[in-house]
Amino acid sequence: MEQHISKKLRAIQFGILSPQQIKDMSAAKVVTPELYDMEGYPVDGGLMDVRLGVIDPGLRCKTCGQRLKECQGHFGYISLARPVVHVKFARIVLDLLRTTCRDCGRILIPNEKRDDLAAHFDRAEKEGGLSARRFAIKESMKSLKTIKKCPHCVAKQQKISLDRPTTYLENDRRISPIEVRTRLERITDDDMAIFGLNPKFVRPEWLVQTILAIPPVTMRPSITLESGERSEDDLTHKLGDIVRINQRLFENINAGAPEIIIEDLWDLLQYHVTTFYDNEVSQLPPARHRSGQPLKTLTARIKSKEGRIRHNLAGKRTNFSARTVISPDPKIELNEVGIPKAVAMKLTVPERVTEWNAAYLKQFVERGPDAYPGSNYIVRPDGKKKKISDETKEQLLEEFQPGFVVERHLMDGDIALFNRQPSLHKMSMMAHRIRVLPGKTFRLNPAVCAPYNADFDGDEMNLHVPQTEEARAEAEVLMQVQTQIISPRYGLSIIGCNQDAITGNYILTRYLELKREDAIDLLSMIGVTDFSRLPNTPTVHGRDIFSVLLPDGFEFTGETRGGTPVVIENGVLKEGFMDKANLGEGAGLMLRNIHKKFGEDQALDILGKFYRLGTQTLLVYGFSFTYDDIVLAAESDAEVEKVLVDAEKDVEDLITQYKSKKLEPLPGRSAEETLELRILDRLNKARNAAGAVAAETAPVDGPVMIMATSGARGNVINMSQMAACVGQQSFRGGRIDRGYKDRTLSCFAAHDLSPAARGFIQRGFRQGMKPWEFFFMAMTGRDSLMDTALRTPKSGYLYRRLANALQDLRIEYDGTVRDAGGKVVQFSYGEDGMSVPRTQGGKIDVKKIIEQVD
Amino acid sequence: MADVFLEYQDKLPQAIIEQVQQHLPKGATDAKTKNVLEAVYEEYINAQVEPGDAVGIVAAESIGEPSTQMTLNTFHFAGVSEMQVTMGLPRIIEVFDARKTMKTPTMEVYLRPPYNEGKDIKIAAMRIKETTIEDYATSFSIDIAAPSLTVALDTKRLEAVDSSVDAVARILSKGFKKMKVALKGSSIIITPGKDQSLNDLYRVKEKVRGVYVTGIKGVSQVLPVKRGEEYVIVTAGTNLKEVFALDFVDETRTYSNDLYEVEALLGIEAARHLIIKEVLKVLNTQGLNIDTRHIMLVADTMTMGGDLQGINRTGIVREKASVLARASFETPFKHIINAALVGETDYLNSVVENVMVNQPIPIGTGIPKLVTKTGSKE
Repeated sequence: MEQHISKKLRAIQFGILSPQQIKDMSAAKVVTPELYDMEGYPVDGGLMDVRLGVIDPGLRCKTCGQRLKECQGHFGYISLARPVVHVKFARIVLDLLRTTCRDCGRILIPNEKRDDLAAHFDRAEKEGGLSARRFAIKESMKSLKTIKKCPHCVAKQQKISLDRPTTYLENDRRISPIEVRTRLERITDDDMAIFGLNPKFVRPEWLVQTILAIPPVTMRPSITLESGERSEDDLTHKLGDIVRINQRLFENINAGAPEIIIEDLWDLLQYHVTTFYDNEVSQLPPARHRSGQPLKTLTARIKSKEGRIRHNLAGKRTNFSARTVISPDPKIELNEVGIPKAVAMKLTVPERVTEWNAAYLKQFVERGPDAYPGSNYIVRPDGKKKKISDETKEQLLEEFQPGFVVERHLMDGDIALFNRQPSLHKMSMMAHRIRVLPGKTFRLNPAVCAPYNADFDGDEMNLHVPQTEEARAEAEVLMQVQTQIISPRYGLSIIGCNQDAITGNYILTRYLELKREDAIDLLSMIGVTDFSRLPNTPTVHGRDIFSVLLPDGFEFTGETRGGTPVVIENGVLKEGFMDKANLGEGAGLMLRNIHKKFGEDQALDILGKFYRLGTQTLLVYGFSFTYDDIVLAAESDAEVEKVLVDAEKDVEDLITQYKSKKLEPLPGRSAEETLELRILDRLNKARNAAGAVAAETAPVDGPVMIMATSGARGNVINMSQMAACVGQQSFRGGRIDRGYKDRTLSCFAAHDLSPAARGFIQRGFRQGMKPWEFFFMAMTGRDSLMDTALRTPKSGYLYRRLANALQDLRIEYDGTVRDAGGKVVQFSYGEDGMSVPRTQGGKIDVKKIIEQVD
Repeated sequence: MADVFLEYQDKLPQAIIEQVQQHLPKGATDAKTKNVLEAVYEEYINAQVEPGDAVGIVAAESIGEPSTQMTLNTFHFAGVSEMQVTMGLPRIIEVFDARKTMKTPTMEVYLRPPYNEGKDIKIAAMRIKETTIEDYATSFSIDIAAPSLTVALDTKRLEAVDSSVDAVARILSKGFKKMKVALKGSSIIITPGKDQSLNDLYRVKEKVRGVYVTGIKGVSQVLPVKRGEEYVIVTAGTNLKEVFALDFVDETRTYSNDLYEVEALLGIEAARHLIIKEVLKVLNTQGLNIDTRHIMLVADTMTMGGDLQGINRTGIVREKASVLARASFETPFKHIINAALVGETDYLNSVVENVMVNQPIPIGTGIPKLVTKTGSKE
């Protein structure tokens, strides 16, 4: 697909259209509120005039002769019977009226001072930019308001105020827009410049309109309902009102109607024009549909998240994309994505026919859209796109020649962008290789769930197929999964093993010892074919099996989560075992060092093998979890009971101390607070003690402890909550103290401060809870639910603001960090110029370098 | 040995050189040192950022993504005896917004030896805390018959802060000129003057409670806390300037979490440091791992103008050169209308405008401008 860029936008100039400019750019003058004649044809001089653009397929534009979608429409204009104030400029007009003489139109400053002021503003702009200038102008305008006498013509000045939205009062007497306009006309270009208005683009009198531009029909298309009836756009409705009132006003003026009638109509015209621009002016009732719902006029179209700017301009839509449910497949590579055949046959890649691939591509055309891998469209050198179907196939094959572009079906190995919302960081959209698979879901390796933050409880993801060579090249080089392994957030691996993969590797490297044949079986199943690195002994340890995956020459020393040393020498795991500290995402330097030493492609490959080895181990050797795993021995149960009873006794003591006022308050705390803190402290200790009992008695190689110690899922607290004691429910940073007067629930006595009455859950999930305990737990559950619900929009807004403020910052060729305007933010990025993803956790690993240099 | 390091003084950041010095085994030869430094230098050069790197958006993502995982209402449980400070997402928002009024202003007052070892720690704390008569009074009683108001004071506590009943009486007579203030032992007796009635006395009684006696204004609570080896006084409410004036305070380490106060007193660089410090503190308590460089970048954008600017429409975003970039954030009409009046030109230098007009953005691979002639050979 050839795309030559023939034009490049260099700048956009903002300004205000003069009445003359509006007339010049107009294709038609609108004079009648009628839209269509008897035959349903647009009326000449009406709002749907054919000269304003085409919205019906098949017709040609009267002005430019182009078709629908080619012609972008043409403006028209209405000549207003009486001038009308533009709401959006009402405040500026007020400022202008106040600061200029009502008679001579000069600014209310003597000439000599004026130049000083201008210099002052220039200085402000130089120092602080346009916004500083605006602020300086605003400040000095305030003082001008009170000047009583014009320094130029000595005319007395009156107090002018704005009766919102658009009426100006001079000493509480109304000034008509005509009067306003004539005063604005008197302001000289030189004076205007002081206010910051640029005479090249604005004249003050243009802010009070005599000519109204009519937007082209293409931006307010009418839709034809099923009944054949036409339904007009909100803007057309509003414009209809304006034209209608405008005509009435013209007629009445011409007929010499009484002033009062003209004034009324004039006000009505002002109202309609105002609401045409902005239907949410607070002082005006919004113009409504017959159904009562407010019209959506120009302002509403542009602003807010759903408006033109944020919805259509800053956000774009794409073709060649697909979306469906995701499901896991640990057997595919991390940088692959499995897509259903149905998707592969809809999404296409354009491929240019050359002499060398003509025969190859011809096959795709021959197979057509219904056979895989076929093709859906063919693009001829003149840019005509032809759909391939049984009817057209013959002919297309005949003219098929180099220069054509075939849009062929997606095939294995093609590159595509894969994305899951919310796209919070750049790893939320990565490039994967296509793998066409049976089924109807997208498949991804569960190891890449972490960067996408995906799970498989019904999550859907999007797939985009880049259509140009440039886009494909960028996707491959910059966006593929292997390029994203190291997170720029903290300089460690963001992709790692999780859940079963960790459990599996943990069991394998810590406990298992297999027969050599079984080890080879296991390794073959994960796609390893080279067993030369497996020790040639009848039985091999799990560590040796794991070591097969490690590359030769890999040296590493680290620790497990528990602090056991892990030693890898020359690619062999000599000591220790694998757990989350070394395999997990964002943890430890093992994955980071593999990435550094062997490069991203090999790191990804090894990571995939780690993952598969873990899950495969579990598949073969089994792993499960039952109720019995959380049942404690009778003596442990008794011990837990004792711990809790002791705690309760201690708390009772504290309460008696408090009641007899003997409790020594902590510094800076009242007696009540002290009591609460100490009870909380005591109960937490009790819970931990109960948990310790549970953890001690649970078998170290039982499933619960395996998962907890390996870091695959859950922790000791989770386990003790199930087996021993759930513990204190904390609510707003303390024990539960809300509910009825002086008590939490009706089943407790008033002022009961005992653990149970304030949300301490003595039992574990295994034993089940008492009704009040259940209720307390539901309370804190609801609280945390609310917390999540309130946090999401807050952090979302923070993120939007940060992104907006920082998005333009980049590294310049001189190594400085600068914003779009070229202002220096940092002379050296992060004070040392180091790129986070190129560091090891934000630092250079000096120790390792010293070890290596010898 | 020092000469070897000297050579790399300008090539490597100080922190890395120090690390090398720290980790280098004792008695390493100059040759080995040089080799190590050369290897470190190579590593350092390889880790440099590249021109065009979109460091801004990466920083925003790095902070924005984990902020969705932060808890909202966290009061940390860490120590029983700790001051409650706003933490979690609300504090981060507060800092990045550069709010003038913050929820919990606090200071951490470090002390000079011997005070930092716990000597007279309570007295030191009391001298910092803003105290009113209520803190020293043991009773307030009104004699309706006389009529008079008797305020009984705790002399011991007064002496502890270098004050006395006398001094309090002086303060009171200055504050209530229409009343007569007399001393009687450790009590102060206030009697109404001319044209003053019992009702006025009641009013005075309420006012007397709140009369300032000693300490630093704005410090409503003090809490001596042991930090590692030494004692530190944590306060609620800040007034750095006056705390610095106290002789037992180590002003080199004492700090306040009020950005504007620090900026006014210690300058913009100190404010920048405070932003980084405060944000890192929150992130650490939440157990989130974010590289300091990202927070530095935000702090630098907030302070590069020489004054504090929040990340919102009245701060950084307002300063942008591009009309469309400003309009795409918030209040689009304000920006468009002002631009029209002044005849502003948008030179499409930043990201959003180019997205709007479907052009390559000036970041990363969008920067190089390579044009080839596409004229055909025929």
